[in-house]
Amino acid sequence: MPKSVITIGPYHPLQEEPELFQLTVEGETVVDIEVSVGYNHRGIEKLSERKTFDQSTFVIERICGICSTSHPFAYTQAVEDIIPVEVPERAKYIRTIIAEGERIHSHLLWFGLAGHFLGYNTVYMWMWRLREEILDVMEILSGNRNNYAMFKPGGVRRDIKPEDIPLAIKKIDSILPTVDRLKGAILDDPVLHARLKGIGTLTKEEAIAYCALGPTSRASGVARDVRKDAPYAAYDRVDWNMIVTANGDVWDKAVVRLLELYESIKIMKHCLLNLPGGEIDLKIKSIPPGEGIGAHEAPRGETFHYVRSDGTNRPARHKVRAPTFMNLPTLKATVPGSSIADAAIILAAIDPCYCCTERLAVRSADGKKLFGGDELLRLSREKTTRILKEAGKR
Amino acid sequence: MSMTREEVLNGMRTRFGDVILDFHDKSAKRVYVELKPGALVPVAGHLFRELGARFHIASGVDNRSQLEVLYHFSVEALNLLVTLRVKLDKRAPRVDSLVPTIKGAAWIEREIHELLGIDFTGHPDQRRLLLSEEWPEGVYPLRRDYQEWDAKAIRDRGV
Repeated sequence: MPKSVITIGPYHPLQEEPELFQLTVEGETVVDIEVSVGYNHRGIEKLSERKTFDQSTFVIERICGICSTSHPFAYTQAVEDIIPVEVPERAKYIRTIIAEGERIHSHLLWFGLAGHFLGYNTVYMWMWRLREEILDVMEILSGNRNNYAMFKPGGVRRDIKPEDIPLAIKKIDSILPTVDRLKGAILDDPVLHARLKGIGTLTKEEAIAYCALGPTSRASGVARDVRKDAPYAAYDRVDWNMIVTANGDVWDKAVVRLLELYESIKIMKHCLLNLPGGEIDLKIKSIPPGEGIGAHEAPRGETFHYVRSDGTNRPARHKVRAPTFMNLPTLKATVPGSSIADAAIILAAIDPCYCCTERLAVRSADGKKLFGGDELLRLSREKTTRILKEAGKR
Repeated sequence: MSMTREEVLNGMRTRFGDVILDFHDKSAKRVYVELKPGALVPVAGHLFRELGARFHIASGVDNRSQLEVLYHFSVEALNLLVTLRVKLDKRAPRVDSLVPTIKGAAWIEREIHELLGIDFTGHPDQRRLLLSEEWPEGVYPLRRDYQEWDAKAIRDRGV
């Protein structure tokens, strides 16, 4: 059978991360995938060397538009590891609150998009509606819906006012009944089971070999979460569970994220209700020469920062590693063997950017266009409809 | 496997004593081990395969006189972050690739190769990862001697 190459990406105006996927297909089956990145390389590591330690916090907050706190969280810990110092207890709790709020809205965003790809636009609308409530909470607590600018080496920049806490809690609680209903609807839906189970499976061995992170690894039975393995901030002050499942398919990745929503809500509420008093900032004056490492479990997996100081007020080297850097290569293990109709959701399952899927184009060897992006999204939705019809007949 | 922190560190010291150049026990959670570059693969293999450590990432650093590569590993059960450090000659920086041992090292070695100009011997695919095809050969942006707006670099990107 002749092979064709499907090119996905790299650019789409709606999303923040352009990537290029080239799927080699035989008929309907994907036989190989090539991932190319670098279309959004902004030289932030180099830029950071020209900023002061405090300014770098703001630059790296802009690495990601969705999980904007994950990089400052790891970076400030790396700087504190150079000295080394422990930040005040109240600052630890505030950091935890912001990070967990971010995880909730990031996971809701992923659910919405996953629903959209499968042709479940109701899920998409509901999840994004709920996400708005959490963004409101973040605005109440930090003044911003995103890019909270709460972190600084040595503590946090703004305090959480006691009078804002009841409203924040009320809003967090208000999303729970809907999340419960959606959870029931998703977990009991035979069509979603048929559509997501057994596709895009990442085995435990492969997850370890590729050093996969976050929900991508935890869905494959690798119990790996920085919040548990190397507790930081207030994560060891709260009783919460790491969610781990065994199968590694797209379904399990979705289940891990769904259940993590509940854990994040639990952590966030506990920290808001038990916020200790005291200082929020150590007011660090200078950073001695040395090197430090900081890590934070972001919604997509661990962010990892290495910072070296030469005694001046600027980092001599600042290495940034985002979770998707480790998770993208796992597609080499999960995509080949699947059908084109499943490829879109498998690519989306590691929670990278989704933009690319709307710019899909299948070309045959002579360059003739066979399918466009809309076409492939249609294939994905048609498969869902087909399963729906078959389920209806039975 | 339930080894203590001391058992892990003493085990490394006994087994690889002749290739360890410096052993810096910085804090309860951080250890930095400088190795002879030739010994990187066996020591990394010991951490990754035998101790089940997780490979985080590698950081490449130009410290002016040499190029350093730091390989960060975590022994998660002990909450211990072990960083292996190799220092390479700037004139011909090369070190053995970790890819045959750790698949997850493939991308970061490609990145260090293009940004710092270190050659990873045995890497199956050292194509560029981040820089564009038009970026000139032999210009390494994370080197100390890199000139911003290098005459050889691209400056007319329509900004």
